[in-house]
Amino acid sequence: MRTLIALLALAVAAVAVAQESKVQLKDGPGKDKAMACIACHSVDYIEMNSRFMNRAAWTASVNKMINAFGAPIDKADIDAIVSYLVQNYGVKD
Amino acid sequence: MTTTQRVVLGRRRLVAAVAGASALAVVGQHGALAAALGSTQAMGLAEIPDGALAEQVLFALPGKLPLIKKTYRPPNFETPLRYFRSVITPNNAFFVRWHLAGIPEVDARDWKLAVGGESVERPASYTLAQLRKDFPQIEITAVCQCSGNRRGLFEPHVPGVEWGVGAMGNAVWRGVRLKDVLAKSGLKSSAIEIVFDGADHPPMDKTPDFVKSIPVDVALDENTLLALDMNGAPLPHWNGAPARLVVPGWTGTYWVKQIVSINAVASPESNFWMKTAYRLPRGKYPGATFESQLAEATEPITSMVTNSLVTSVAFGQQFPRGKPIDVAGIAWDGGSGIEQVEISTDGGEHWQRAKLGRDHGRFSFREFSLIVPTKAPGTMVVMARATSRSGQTQTEQLSHNPAGYHHNVVQRLYVEIV
Repeated sequence: MRTLIALLALAVAAVAVAQESKVQLKDGPGKDKAMACIACHSVDYIEMNSRFMNRAAWTASVNKMINAFGAPIDKADIDAIVSYLVQNYGVKD
Repeated sequence: MTTTQRVVLGRRRLVAAVAGASALAVVGQHGALAAALGSTQAMGLAEIPDGALAEQVLFALPGKLPLIKKTYRPPNFETPLRYFRSVITPNNAFFVRWHLAGIPEVDARDWKLAVGGESVERPASYTLAQLRKDFPQIEITAVCQCSGNRRGLFEPHVPGVEWGVGAMGNAVWRGVRLKDVLAKSGLKSSAIEIVFDGADHPPMDKTPDFVKSIPVDVALDENTLLALDMNGAPLPHWNGAPARLVVPGWTGTYWVKQIVSINAVASPESNFWMKTAYRLPRGKYPGATFESQLAEATEPITSMVTNSLVTSVAFGQQFPRGKPIDVAGIAWDGGSGIEQVEISTDGGEHWQRAKLGRDHGRFSFREFSLIVPTKAPGTMVVMARATSRSGQTQTEQLSHNPAGYHHNVVQRLYVEIV
């Protein structure tokens, strides 16, 4: 987490940090793991893409972040993150 | 009786007329609907996702007017509709789109452009002052539109930046011809693509850097520029200072910002942003062909499709009977120029040619306007349909593709004559 915060600080030096911090993910199981997303982007990306993605779509999205973009997400956390996203920002099948 | 109650009957008819139209927003004092910020339903189009409507706010980046914030980091900001009521989009209202969060403030005095690659005879390096002094300075008015403009309107929705209609703008770009810069370095006949990298960078080492290429014939087109100025001022930081590529007619993905290197290559660029992203099902859409990047099932997005935007009328707006309405807006295409814009006020049965505004060149927005009468009370369906000089027109049914590109569905603006 410390690495993430350091990276975040670097990345956003010129951008509106104060505004971004107002964007909050919904509380729920898995939120802590989903916060890994902030290493690369603000979490308004998640709300913006709601609600229309089911489990398969969110799984594809998380895998794209890991495989195509190199997101620092432990494979063991994928399920928890996807479940959190489906529950709070997705649709049931 | 409140204003809202008085218009309920009118609204009911209106709602019934639009299958699936949900939650028309509160009716204001003058009968105009106070729609949610950036609502595309208010423009007679499908609505962007609920979450996108909920999270977007007006926010001013340094040097910009308040724009519609889609995401803070990387910054993606949309131009509100009202700025499209003039044919040139002001620099401080021009949309902002970045893929990667590492966006340095480039000091124009230290900046250098490297020109190289296996397909040039003489690699070179230029300062901003040299570019301004050593090459002819060329001006062109051209539309820069994100490939995913209107992605949010796709039904079913597709993931990505859920843009409404404002991921575009029209500006007078000034700079040097790319062909002149390439000629100074001696372009070899082996060159098939020219590759561009900007100063922006990914927050993670493993994330592919944003690098794009264009075919050599497009690079050598006299209209392809390395722009240094925009609407008479140096490029704003958020729009790619100190130099960005301008590929008139082609979608914004090729208009690389903060350019630091240009490389002429003899084999196709194969990074993620070329091989995987920004692709369409092969053969499904009209447009320029990018031969060296064709794949079996997909092809890169290239030139823009013909499109228009009504800027003078809002969905659900009320107009007094007997007072004519000015149906006005802008139209654009992939570079042939706009041949005509037709207006219908009966849901598409009859069409009438609008008057076109001044011609700013075939790559620019073209303004249109038609005064239409309002004879009988009731619902009127206003539509605008642009056709390019190459004979390409807008679609009435969405042509779906997985990444949400090329949305050019005709608007259906239901208005009430009272």
